[in-house]
Amino acid sequence: MIESATLDKLKAAFPQALPSEFRSQARIVVPTEILFSALAWLKRQAAFDLLVDITCVDYLNYRGATDRFGVAYLLASAATNERITVRAFLNEPHLTVPSAVPLWEGANWFEREVFDMFGIVFAGHPDLRRILMPEEFEAYPLRKDYPLQGRGERHNFPVLSRDRG
Amino acid sequence: MAIELPENVVVSKLDALASWCRKNSLWPMPFATACCGIELMATGASRHDLARFGAEVFRFSPRQCDLMIVAGRVVMKMLPVLQRIWQQMHEPKWCISMGACASTGGVFDTYAVVQGIDRFIPVDMYVPGCPPRPEQLIQAIIDLQDKIQAEGTITGEEFDLPSRQRRKRALIELPVLPSPPHPTLR
Repeated sequence: MIESATLDKLKAAFPQALPSEFRSQARIVVPTEILFSALAWLKRQAAFDLLVDITCVDYLNYRGATDRFGVAYLLASAATNERITVRAFLNEPHLTVPSAVPLWEGANWFEREVFDMFGIVFAGHPDLRRILMPEEFEAYPLRKDYPLQGRGERHNFPVLSRDRG
Repeated sequence: MAIELPENVVVSKLDALASWCRKNSLWPMPFATACCGIELMATGASRHDLARFGAEVFRFSPRQCDLMIVAGRVVMKMLPVLQRIWQQMHEPKWCISMGACASTGGVFDTYAVVQGIDRFIPVDMYVPGCPPRPEQLIQAIIDLQDKIQAEGTITGEEFDLPSRQRRKRALIELPVLPSPPHPTLR
């Protein structure tokens, strides 16, 4: 939930942001050009000091979707107990988003996970590499066009048999 | 590697003696990755004591073990580590695949989990369960001891038998047929 005063100030500061609410969960959709300034405003002027999570949704084949990827930043305020979700929609081939690491150090591993699973590049990240899958893995597993069982990478290893010597 | 013997030495009783010594002093190498590792610890604890059966210590160095117990799911990132540990163990060595995930991949038929470590490591004993009870693991160790006593040789020739080398039929991949289009989901 978010206080209406904060939401009014947010709407005044960022007219391009589209706020909405669902069952007392507030969320705004911002274009990627103002994403970093919106996050910085929320952290500094609205006291959202806790970055809860950064995640991504793939809307491939989703009914009524207009963009493919939606990166979501979940923010919380420890002082005022408010929460808000900031969304930014991306389409191929422009899968680059400014990194939130200068604002919150905790964004480091969250962004590595989103990069590992979806392939979204975070510009300005100090160490953007895979975090869960092996380094030489080539696909992005949580995309909707990647099959659950994988494409054979999990069994692409040499077989050790009981040969002596 | 075991002992080199000249041809005129009778080894039948020596095989039985060597197998008896080896089976009653199986020191496990616990390769515990997930939940089955907890049951492995429970089996080694005081109520279900694995040391009664010769597994006196769980050595974490592969150079000092002869039985590797793979307990838990093995992901593709961990499999080269598993293979390296297996290669570092001295012969004669055996492997127990504990739990459903190590044997077949369990419930995790995903892009990251290896569907059975016996695709890449020679396994001697499988323990079903999720997780198997300590009594099941103890039964597997007893069965492995019986297998060692029945088939063991002092020179380790039982590992050269074709039955040990042959690739398991279940691991031959069947062709995946294309599924028909779902009536409602796109």
